[in-house]
Amino acid sequence: MSEVDAKTLEESEERAYGFWLFLMSDAILFSLLFATYAIMVTATDNGPDRTEIFGYWRTAANTALLLSSSLTMGLASIAICETRKSASFQWIFVTMILALAFLVLEIQEFAGLIAQGAGPDRSGFLSAYFTLVGTHGAHVIVGLIWMAVLCLHLALRPIGPEIQSITERLTMFWHLVGIVWIGIYSLVYLPGLYQ
Amino acid sequence: MFGRLNEDALPFYSEIAMAGAAVTVGGGLFVVAVVLWTGSLIYLWRNWLTSVDHKRIGIMYVVVALVMLLRGFVDALMMRAQQAMAMNSGGYLPPEHFDQIFSSHGTIMILFMAMPFLTGLINFVMPLQIGARDVAFPRLNLISLYLTAAGAGLVLVSLVIGKFSTAGWTGYPPFSETEFSPGVGVDYWIWALIVSGVGTTLTGINFITTIVKRRAPGMTWMRLPLFAWTALCASILIVFAFPALTVAGAMLALDRSAGFHFFTNDGGGNAMHFANILWMWGHPEVYILILPAFGVFSEIVATFSSKRLFAYNSLVFATVVIALLAFTTWLHHFFTMGAGASVNTAFGITTMIIAVPTGVKVFDWLMTMYRGRIRYQTPMLWTVAFLVTFTIGGMSGVLLAVPAVDYTLHNTTFLVAHFHNMVIPGALFGFFAGYVYWFPKAFGFRLDERWGRRAFWFWVTGFYLAFMPLYALGLMGMVRRLQHYDNPDWQPYLIVAAIGAVSVLCGLICMAIQLWVSIRDRERLADTTGDPWNARTLEWYSSSPPPVWNFASLPKIEGSDAFWRLKERGEAYREDENVGTISLPANSNDGIVYGALAFVFGFCMVWHIYWLALLCLGAIMTHLIVSSFRDPTAEVIPADEVARHEHDWKTAARAGSRYDGDPLCDYRTVLRKVPAQ
Ligand code: HEM
Ligand SMILES: [Cu+2]
Repeated sequence: MSEVDAKTLEESEERAYGFWLFLMSDAILFSLLFATYAIMVTATDNGPDRTEIFGYWRTAANTALLLSSSLTMGLASIAICETRKSASFQWIFVTMILALAFLVLEIQEFAGLIAQGAGPDRSGFLSAYFTLVGTHGAHVIVGLIWMAVLCLHLALRPIGPEIQSITERLTMFWHLVGIVWIGIYSLVYLPGLYQ
Repeated sequence: MFGRLNEDALPFYSEIAMAGAAVTVGGGLFVVAVVLWTGSLIYLWRNWLTSVDHKRIGIMYVVVALVMLLRGFVDALMMRAQQAMAMNSGGYLPPEHFDQIFSSHGTIMILFMAMPFLTGLINFVMPLQIGARDVAFPRLNLISLYLTAAGAGLVLVSLVIGKFSTAGWTGYPPFSETEFSPGVGVDYWIWALIVSGVGTTLTGINFITTIVKRRAPGMTWMRLPLFAWTALCASILIVFAFPALTVAGAMLALDRSAGFHFFTNDGGGNAMHFANILWMWGHPEVYILILPAFGVFSEIVATFSSKRLFAYNSLVFATVVIALLAFTTWLHHFFTMGAGASVNTAFGITTMIIAVPTGVKVFDWLMTMYRGRIRYQTPMLWTVAFLVTFTIGGMSGVLLAVPAVDYTLHNTTFLVAHFHNMVIPGALFGFFAGYVYWFPKAFGFRLDERWGRRAFWFWVTGFYLAFMPLYALGLMGMVRRLQHYDNPDWQPYLIVAAIGAVSVLCGLICMAIQLWVSIRDRERLADTTGDPWNARTLEWYSSSPPPVWNFASLPKIEGSDAFWRLKERGEAYREDENVGTISLPANSNDGIVYGALAFVFGFCMVWHIYWLALLCLGAIMTHLIVSSFRDPTAEVIPADEVARHEHDWKTAARAGSRYDGDPLCDYRTVLRKVPAQ
């Protein structure tokens, strides 16, 4: 390995490590939102509670979409590692479609809740719910933009250490988004649906 | 179009507020005028404002801190004057204004004085100490600096446009909710915290990555200088604690601007939850402030006692334990909220336990001094004052950790005395000590010793006069944040406290004079050796000031106190033969761009100018994306330039070095070689 390569490798390793630290910090942020939700879940102020507002099919579909997008993201990252350009495009594209579908469902859900008077300003419970799930949704949006940028990179230059380093961080980010969703599904939706 | 912003926001409603605004605007204009007048804008821009050199960034952080220290201290003086005179009268500050002042004082001192100060010191020293060329992410480092400055800017602007929060530095709801604080004050507080908080988190990540990944070959964990250890632990605390501040601030902002019900009185809100989250950040925060200062004291105690640090291992261990325990005590800030006897007891015990590692440290420092050849120069004076004063504050803290005691002392000036008694000697004195200690490294000349001593004595006397009476007042039942009172027994104490504040003012004036005198006499105070204190760690193994590239080639470390070892073996000033070209990241405008955008964003969120806020976010996003396509530009330093610098300073250093081969480096030889002042 030449000296330059060693330096690039070291730098992308550092970037991955730093980004991982950032994700840990982000995970703390989510854990505080989870804790807030747990505290506020009974603070319904005579408004709707968690047994009344969640849809069985939609949340199940969301879970399926996001988890399979984690899989396709993994496949994309493998393709980029192996510098197979068209496969990379394909898998990122699929991931984006899945994430977009997830977002559409989520926005539908939020819009429906707000329309039936169960918006975030209705009660402490709904504030906590919207903030937790909305923050996760915002992460999905960031991920989507990031994927679009990655596509742009792929279109404009050959796959090299730079693109691989971006992909590495994006993949970590996307898996965190998936993990947080598992938390949301099992701590927010399931207890509401099966109570 | 302009949200809530209109001409009523200008401070024409009160003369004092107008004077404050005038001083702020005038000060800003004055600086700009001086820069333009002396024609140094381009110099400043090229060498400082866009520099990604960790040393320059560190110095700029300290400059921010010193400016904010002045502002925070003016607030303190005003409060002391008010309370000294407001016996059975309104004093000179109306209640609303007094409330703004204690809120801005607390916020500024903690977030915009102490945080930039320690970040600056770590930035400057830590990469040198671990034998690195720079931090892991130099450009990000610059961006963090400007985010911090943007937050500080928001607090300063609140003096001119609109008002600051009246809800204290902790911003407790429900008082901080729109129902009771409809103005922009709390929003200024929230957005200043969030904007600077992002910068601080990025700094924390940067420092951890640097220490974990960029230590010089041979710099194993147990050879790491103690200051670097404390920097690491403080950074870990930053990364894990600051999200709590962001969450608390963001939820309060949602309550205030979007009608959410996290902490409101109605709608199922839970105000107690805010206290919970805020202190999950707030308690670790005090250790973020104090740990780096512990690191500074550790370096200084060893250097000025001419001895190895006593029980280095136990100091490392104590630092790590404190960092862990820092997350287990937050509830002691609201014992009186009524969590119940068992919960209170548990947190009372964890609070007391944290005093144990701290006590270990105090004994380690004392044992380092024991039988050392102690030189009482200013850095050491601050350290000794710290040891004594901090121990007193620690004991009052252990007292407050007893929930039953806290019930009677909570919210009194006893508490105010306690935390100032921790944070002034424990953090501020440490930063001052670090400032004098590393100043010659940063600028190539020492600070004048005589004015330093004067500043020291005024500060220490002032501290005792200003805060010891508050312990007594607290026991007499005086609550904190009082704008006026009618108990004649209190007034004498408050007058003494005001005299103390005046003494601190004298201390600050002495520090300003010291700076001026030292710049004037820089020839006399020059340090040609790079090692003015006969020190032990690697940051002194470079010229003063160090070149941008820090070290000609990365040093190889064979034990703790790496530089001392080199001196002992007579290798410290041997010229490095195999120097090559060095490539460093080039200057960057990104810091200013992101800082300005973040400032405007925060300002617009405060005033509900949402379209512009969105635009700013969009611009930040676009800039991020565009810069992901830019290849990093590097600046290449030719080998002969490196070699020339290496030759010049090592020649000068050999001639001037104080180290004479005696492992204890007897103080007499040291004194003989110090030029008479
Ligand atoms: C330099 C001398 C200082 C003086 C004379 C001073 C004075 C004061 C006074 C008079 C108060 C209000 C007490 C009350 O509520 O009755 C106060 C509050 C406070 N001070 Fe200081 N202070 C000083 C330095 C500092 C420093 C260095 C820090 C932190 C690093 C600090 C942090 C705070 C905080 C957090 C509060 C609480 C604000 C609130 O009530 O929300 N102070 N200080
Ligand atoms: Cu605490």
